[in-house]
Amino acid sequence: MRRPVPPDPWHPLRALTAARIGLGRAGDNLPTDALLRFGMAHAEARDAVHSPLDAAALADALAERGLAPLAVRSEARDRAQYLRRPDLGRRLAEDDRAALAAHPARGADSVLVLADGLSAAAVARHALPLLDALLPRLSGWTLGPPVIALQARVALGDEIAEALDARQVVMLIGERPGLSSPDSLGAYLTQSPRRGRTDAERNCLSNIRPEGLPPAAAASRLAHLMVGARALGASGICLKDESASPGSLRAAAHEGACSTQNREKPRN
Amino acid sequence: MGYHHTAGHRRYRFDDLRTLLAAASPARSGDALAGIAAASEAERMAARFALAEVPLSRFLDEALVPYEADEITRLIVDTHDAAAFAEIAHLTVGDFREWLLRHETDGETLARVAPGITPEMAAAVSKLMRNQELILVAARRRVVTRFRNTLGLPGRMAVRLQPNHPTDDPRGVAAAILDGLLYGCGDAVVGINPAGDSLVAITDLLRLTDTLRERFEIPTQTCVLTHVTHTLRAIEAGAPVDLVFQSIGGTEATNRSFGIDLALLAEARAAALSLGRGTVGDNLMYFETGQGSALSAGAHHGVDQQTVEARAYAVARHFAPLLVNTVVGFIGPEYLYDGREITRAGLEDHFCGKLLGLPMGCDVCYTNHAEADQNDMDNLLVLLAAAGVNFVMGVPGADDIMLNYQSTSFHDAAAMRQLFGLGRAPEFEDWLRRMGIADDGGRLLPVAGRHPLLGLAEELRP
Repeated sequence: MRRPVPPDPWHPLRALTAARIGLGRAGDNLPTDALLRFGMAHAEARDAVHSPLDAAALADALAERGLAPLAVRSEARDRAQYLRRPDLGRRLAEDDRAALAAHPARGADSVLVLADGLSAAAVARHALPLLDALLPRLSGWTLGPPVIALQARVALGDEIAEALDARQVVMLIGERPGLSSPDSLGAYLTQSPRRGRTDAERNCLSNIRPEGLPPAAAASRLAHLMVGARALGASGICLKDESASPGSLRAAAHEGACSTQNREKPRN
Repeated sequence: MGYHHTAGHRRYRFDDLRTLLAAASPARSGDALAGIAAASEAERMAARFALAEVPLSRFLDEALVPYEADEITRLIVDTHDAAAFAEIAHLTVGDFREWLLRHETDGETLARVAPGITPEMAAAVSKLMRNQELILVAARRRVVTRFRNTLGLPGRMAVRLQPNHPTDDPRGVAAAILDGLLYGCGDAVVGINPAGDSLVAITDLLRLTDTLRERFEIPTQTCVLTHVTHTLRAIEAGAPVDLVFQSIGGTEATNRSFGIDLALLAEARAAALSLGRGTVGDNLMYFETGQGSALSAGAHHGVDQQTVEARAYAVARHFAPLLVNTVVGFIGPEYLYDGREITRAGLEDHFCGKLLGLPMGCDVCYTNHAEADQNDMDNLLVLLAAAGVNFVMGVPGADDIMLNYQSTSFHDAAAMRQLFGLGRAPEFEDWLRRMGIADDGGRLLPVAGRHPLLGLAEELRP
């Protein structure tokens, strides 16, 4: 390849960090290759935000596992409204609320929700591997039907579980894509879920993807949290994840970045 | 009492100042989300007509957030300087805009009246001003602050070197610091957003950056951007704390959601001052703000997000900060939807901060779910460089791999220097020259051979 601008002499330090260091410069600006790589990463992140979740394919894959998934939508009618109105993404569409309330599965120990969130790619790629590792750890649990949720925010899970009269909800949801992580999955746990639960009453595992917290490892941590929340009868800041390494888990303050609280961010 | 404007056959009424300001504010998603934005473009313009007629003195009589309920309101009212205000006391908001634009209103004049300007007056006048005017007036006002170097001088723009790493890995952080220094950045501060908030993690990062600074005798300051209570603990533990960082908002309830109040900020400032680490001055607070935080915390009291943001500057002003950074596009599209809204907000924040006398910088940034891209950031960066912004962010390749958003890069800062002939803090510029990183004109030099910083690179190499 054409190389009119060499990388900087300290370029080998790239092995120490994923940060874009030692790029070299054309005058004061980026070399062409670095410019295009950045553009591609941003394009992938944008596509992750705007591509819809293939709910039918996900439902088929769940059916293959002997599960009978339900599908719901939030009150956000499309992606543009979803992005502007997070409050609508936290509320169930009225028809779906009625359908869940009429569903015969009541009083489950936990219900699993698979939600598009801000990255459908995250759910499409990592939710099933996580479930495959998680479900064998939950023998003896009564699980409600898995629910596929579209145009969903984290708190939608609480209303879904409330409508199904479930004692716990685990929301697997696409996180806000980063430039180098378009497909990070988040897992949010609420014990005794109901509308109005705050972020401090949830626990969160973030950055679930092969390059971050791999799905199998996430399943082990999540099972641990689920058991702990059930025993304690509560989730959130009162529930410690003793299997976690320091700093990698805390009460879920922020969707999509539950491990970065040192810059104040909006709640989702 | 209410506020009115009649346009043709239509009479518009706004119940109170808070409602009027919200309706007059340029459109943005956060005010729509809060349900306080103008219902139509015509109503927005009618509100601006009505706002233009409001005397500045009215803002001293009608609090947007009740005095009894909010310590920020009390701070604004109790510290208002009537003598400084006298010069503009006769003006309406519309007159104030014209007064600001007069050729005679120079930086000295603006500095003289600043203690008489409340955040609400600054926000109000900004709502009548076009982007170009926000730039023009702000550019006249230089706010100079000092700790280990001199920031904010005319013809200069500083950079915060932001070497974040998702696991706070010391070698990964050091590699990014080295990259920034060799690109001539870091005069505002070498400031890390830590991934962890344990005392050990924070003191480790403080020692790492302080050791690098001392070893290469860099005339700058370092900071780990953690909660003020953690910084207090770090000071007690004997860690080398230059600056006290905190996110702040424009209402008492917002700050409570951040776990702070004015007394806590004062305590932390006093603790850091007692260390006596500044060499050329003692401005040592570093505040970050951003439109939308009050709404996000459910603490906006029906006040529009730009006005609440300006109120946060009253908090900042009280503590003589070294740096105030509006993190303009970080909050997401439900508050600032696209590049246009982010651009407007960045210019408003910079203008209001400067008018109130703050050393205003801007994290020109966006998230991947906002309708914005690096071209929008280029535009805002150029506008802010023209407006005389005190500092911007320098993130390797503009990609923050810890906070997962995009900002401005070391390259971007160098391009602005080239375009506008902007220098760095003079002490830092001298250091770059001594180190052979920049030439006498401040232009970056190729770095090779036995350069001492490349020696550090050799030590770090895996």
